Amino acid sequence: MRRYYTEEHEWVDVDGDVATVGITDFAQSQLGDIVFVEVPDTGAELSAGGDAAVVESVKAASDVYAPVDGVVTEGNGQLEEDPALVNSDPEGEGWFFRMTLSDKSQLDGLMNAQAYKDFIADL
Amino acid sequence: MTETEFTGEEAVETATLPLDAWHRAKGGRMVEFAGYWMPIQYEGIMAEHLWTRENAGLFDVSHMGQLAISGDDVVAALEALVPGDLAALKPGRMRYSLLLAEDGGILDDLMITNEGDQFGIVVNGAVKWDDIAHLREYLPDDINLNHNEDYGLLALQGPKAVDALARLVPEAAGLVFMQTARANWNGHAIGLSRSGYTGEDGFEISLPNEALVAFADALCAMDEVKPIGLGARDSLRLEAGLPLYGHDLDEAIDPIEGDLGFAISKRRREEGGFPGAARILGHLEDGPPRKRVGLIVDGKLPVREGAKLFDGEEEVGVVTSGGFAPSVGAPIAMGYVPTGLSAPGTAIAAEVRGKRVPCTVAAMPFVPHRYVRKQGG
Repeated sequence: MRRYYTEEHEWVDVDGDVATVGITDFAQSQLGDIVFVEVPDTGAELSAGGDAAVVESVKAASDVYAPVDGVVTEGNGQLEEDPALVNSDPEGEGWFFRMTLSDKSQLDGLMNAQAYKDFIADL
Repeated sequence: MTETEFTGEEAVETATLPLDAWHRAKGGRMVEFAGYWMPIQYEGIMAEHLWTRENAGLFDVSHMGQLAISGDDVVAALEALVPGDLAALKPGRMRYSLLLAEDGGILDDLMITNEGDQFGIVVNGAVKWDDIAHLREYLPDDINLNHNEDYGLLALQGPKAVDALARLVPEAAGLVFMQTARANWNGHAIGLSRSGYTGEDGFEISLPNEALVAFADALCAMDEVKPIGLGARDSLRLEAGLPLYGHDLDEAIDPIEGDLGFAISKRRREEGGFPGAARILGHLEDGPPRKRVGLIVDGKLPVREGAKLFDGEEEVGVVTSGGFAPSVGAPIAMGYVPTGLSAPGTAIAAEVRGKRVPCTVAAMPFVPHRYVRKQGG
């Protein structure tokens, strides 16, 4: 399994043809207390850069974008009951959704852990 | 790079307040607000909100305008612009009032204090320059208007605020809600009022810019005091049912529509003589066409400013403030609905991202006020 990162502060774990997507620890720390998460429905067709989910902190709603093209296979139902999981375990239990990968070559445009670390250091 | 905001043709640089470096050193995340860099949060909005409800939170509100108005017939001059009974306002007492446009629309909401030799007025930071221009235009020439930019304003709010502040300024403990005093701290002349914008007991303290850091440090050295950002200030005032100018109130809304009829004093209702009196007194008599109400949201999806409100298929109003309420544990909102739909318990729907979210009109405040209205009480 490999982990990729986007400039929109999502992480993407790739296992075969399936990707698990969430927001990074940096993103949750910037958003603050998460009070609501809307994950996509199973079967939703996503395209890279398009709206995929919504995360709401106390102060604002933010869009979460699809990192690649694909079809949603599962949303994290736990976030409905406990949106604060995104704060406490953003890169683990706080995952948002799983999706198929329509075009694996799109992963080449994403960052690895070191590149993302450098990216946020410059923000 | 310098951050700028464009207003018309000129670029206006975002200004810094006297406590700017202090906020940054405390870990404050700074955002542009009302033309100033201000802390939106330190450790987190939720924690800061709950801390203020249980302990004491220190807010820097130095962006607000502190004005002083004096002169012969100052009462009559001010009563021509606001609907409060200033003739009955005793020295050392403060009152909430409204600066009204000629058609009765609200130009700003403000606090007026009878300081004995003058009236002190605290106005919103975002519109203070407009307020000053309006006052200069409408006040008679022999009335003095002074904008005191040498003083900052802090608010200490929460059930433990009185104990904390009284250690520095013993006079604080002797005040009741909406009472004010002049005092001295470390050789600085300061102004105190038992007032605030959270629904909790608390104080607002006006003090010279050069004393702000030392005073804020002295308060935050106490176990019960933490600095609190604008984010929690907003969620606290929303729970307290207090409107935010520029969001819940604006020039198109009159005081009765804004559910601020309490700010039109009895004598002024009888006599009129304030801007827009015909419209405002007419709305008092016959009821306004629309009204500001509280909304409790069914479920967890926050309903925010700008969300449209529906009665069945008909669009009937709009949300003007809303978000998750930490002390309520659910999303709440404020907005405008036709008066016929304004009774608590009325079902209404808000539209969020194309979905209808059921809401119920609720009496405000959402969290009971805990003002100290009499000594020993």
